[in-house]
Amino acid sequence: MSKIAVVGPRDSVLGFKALGLEAVYAQDAAEGEKSVNKLAREGCAIIFVTERLIQDMPAVVERYQNELTPAIIPIPDNNGSIGYGMQVLRANVEKAVGSNILLDQPQEEEQI
Amino acid sequence: MAIMQVNPTRMELSRLKKRLQTASRGHKLLKDKRDEMMRRFVMFVRENQELRRSVEAQVEAALKDFLMARSSLSAQALEEAVLYPSRKAEVAVERRNIMSVEVPGFTLSGEESGVIHPYGILDTSGELDQALLALNAALEQMVKLAEKEKACNMLADEIEKTRRRVNALEYVMIPQLEETISYITMKLEENERANLTRLMKVKTMLAEGK
Repeated sequence: MSKIAVVGPRDSVLGFKALGLEAVYAQDAAEGEKSVNKLAREGCAIIFVTERLIQDMPAVVERYQNELTPAIIPIPDNNGSIGYGMQVLRANVEKAVGSNILLDQPQEEEQI
Repeated sequence: MAIMQVNPTRMELSRLKKRLQTASRGHKLLKDKRDEMMRRFVMFVRENQELRRSVEAQVEAALKDFLMARSSLSAQALEEAVLYPSRKAEVAVERRNIMSVEVPGFTLSGEESGVIHPYGILDTSGELDQALLALNAALEQMVKLAEKEKACNMLADEIEKTRRRVNALEYVMIPQLEETISYITMKLEENERANLTRLMKVKTMLAEGK
């Protein structure tokens, strides 16, 4: 059994704490990086990080990219999504397919 | 395309021919691997996109509820309310193999106690209950999303690597080998011809000398 963790600003992660997830408060990317590394060492399987934080810490994402765990997943915070998660998805498609042929559907643009 | 630095000998020729055979075989296999991975990836990424869209909407809504709950409670009361969760959300991790890429599989396994509100009903508001219910509903999807997204990430990486290998074989290795082989063949034939003319010359010289 592995833990699930949420890293983000206090207001965004407090709710998850009540559900039994490991909630770690982080205000900026530096704090976020530290917490993610710590959680990864402790053997967390999934680490959800709020989008606004994760977009400033690409080094950490890169670092765990090819490890089985943890999976570092962007989630929206309480100010709504900024489309970073979708952006990552699109980058993946571009990397794999070579061009972005799949995901350019009109509703995508509205979300951003 | 430059040819390799080799001695034009028969030994070398047969060695290179064997290498070419291996390279073409490897190229074919890798190409098949790439195509199949691509097919899976496209499938995965579609699912991933769907999931992400729904999860984002759910989480956003739940967090908005939570914000409302927070505004109707004092910070301290809220902190107290969620301080000791009544259950633990954990995942079981397993390894899955997609085209020899190891990806994790997550299965959520919170104890189904039925109670997700770890606090008394007296000093908290109904909004908080609502928000937690919504978050709880989103959680399962979130775990699924994590699994899919990780798989997509890893597959994308592997596809890129495989594509590079395929291209290296197709556009560098194989042409190079082919050219070197033809170079050696030419050289050997040239030697043969040189040898033949030399023999003929010697023969005429011998005949004249008589």
